[in-house]
Amino acid sequence: MKAVLSQVSEFLVGDTQADRVVPPTGFTATLTLFSAAAMAFLAVFALALSLATGRLAEQWGSELARSSTIRISAPDGQLAAQTEAALKVLETTKGVDTARALSSEEQQALLEPWFGPDLPVDTLPIPQLIEVIETEEGYDAEGLRLRLAAEAPGAVLDDHTRWRRPLVKAASRLRMLGWASILLIGAATAAMITLAANAALAANTQVISVLRLVGARDSYIAQAFERRFTLRALTGAGIGMVLGMVAIALLPSAQPEGGFLTGLGFQGWHWIWPLTIPILAGLVAFGATRAAARKTLRDMP
Amino acid sequence: MIELENVAYNYGGGELLSEISLKLQPGSFHFLTGPSGAGKTTLLKLCYGALLPTSGQVRLFTSDVRDMERDDIALARRRIGVVHQDCQFLDHLNVSDNIALPLMVAGRDLLAEGANLKELTSWVGLTARAGALPPELSGGERQRAALARAVIMSPDVVLADEPTGNIDWDMSQRLLRLLIELNRMGKTIMVATHDLALIRAAKTHVQARVLRISNRRLQLAGADL
Repeated sequence: MKAVLSQVSEFLVGDTQADRVVPPTGFTATLTLFSAAAMAFLAVFALALSLATGRLAEQWGSELARSSTIRISAPDGQLAAQTEAALKVLETTKGVDTARALSSEEQQALLEPWFGPDLPVDTLPIPQLIEVIETEEGYDAEGLRLRLAAEAPGAVLDDHTRWRRPLVKAASRLRMLGWASILLIGAATAAMITLAANAALAANTQVISVLRLVGARDSYIAQAFERRFTLRALTGAGIGMVLGMVAIALLPSAQPEGGFLTGLGFQGWHWIWPLTIPILAGLVAFGATRAAARKTLRDMP
Repeated sequence: MIELENVAYNYGGGELLSEISLKLQPGSFHFLTGPSGAGKTTLLKLCYGALLPTSGQVRLFTSDVRDMERDDIALARRRIGVVHQDCQFLDHLNVSDNIALPLMVAGRDLLAEGANLKELTSWVGLTARAGALPPELSGGERQRAALARAVIMSPDVVLADEPTGNIDWDMSQRLLRLLIELNRMGKTIMVATHDLALIRAAKTHVQARVLRISNRRLQLAGADL
């Protein structure tokens, strides 16, 4: 490990003599810096998307998995009796931790976002809702449905599976898309740095040929280019990462009304993740430049 | 040192050099002559591993060039100083840095080599031009700087390709004197040139072997020289 760290530090500090033999190339420097910065900026967002959708999938998965709802639709005179009967059934159902009928205020609060605060809930034929919280083991949904059908015919059990599954699936897909975007960004960065490195190598054919003439080894010549492009990618990606993190930090904070969109960002130690982007960009640049330099040098006498 | 045995080299579908055998003994001085396009530069390139022979053997310091890794060839080139007709400098580095380039690529400490570098720059008469960039130099200054770069690693062999091609007679004489001086120090020298007057002038100071490429083959030049 020490040897690797020493090699990395030697590489970063560099050989000032070796750095001077390759002339500065303006346009490839700007191109590499800009593309690394732009890619790192996008990577920060892709990372934020992945982490946010991951959190969302977990939240939806764990919160909804342990709760379900019973909806009782019955004529006015039977609603209270059927609610009572359903609660009794739930009390004796294995796997049900707690069950309670929602008050009319709670039901009104649930409908408020759609119908406004002045909805006369009492005058409308709104079904009674019972919130059921499961134990760790969970209950037998089919058995409960049969018992409810016998004791409270107006009761319909909704264990949220129907809409929880597609939501969790959608969140998982979004997370995968986020990671796929990061991979694509990495590949695009490698492609752009390869192009820039090839352009720099082609522009410096004469320099390379002189260096070979005076006895430079391939590793010496390759390292001069590798170091240059790695540092450029590291610097560009560092700038892009900082800008991306600032942009994420300036997004509106998570609000219940905003739902998913305002939850896009990093939470807690997840803020450390973007710091890996410049390091990865540097590694990608190093690999891409090394491959390009070795290929160019192999073709030279 | 450098040995070619029955070497042929094909270029563009035709044979450029054929049945070339040559042995550069330590401390020898060779002139290589022949008309333009005869293959003088190609032969020099074969001598420092920049080209591989189509057939035959080229041995650099006893190793067959075909069996040498690229790094081995790079190391061998540190023992062979090459002066090109067009000099081949790095235009963004000044004269002093260009002369020191072989030291840089060999990882030698330039501060420790400072005195050596100064002495060499003075030997080729470029002390006052040490800070100039190559495009600012005259033809003669460029050739002298290229010679200084070729010998800074104290190589065993110096190969010069038309070193006097772009310079006047006086400057040619000055360069020739430097090459003869190097030979007296024990270096093996081979100069490719079509300048017969230069060869005649050299022969009054040094015992040189004159080789001529004619009809793709290498011959010892006769009494016309």
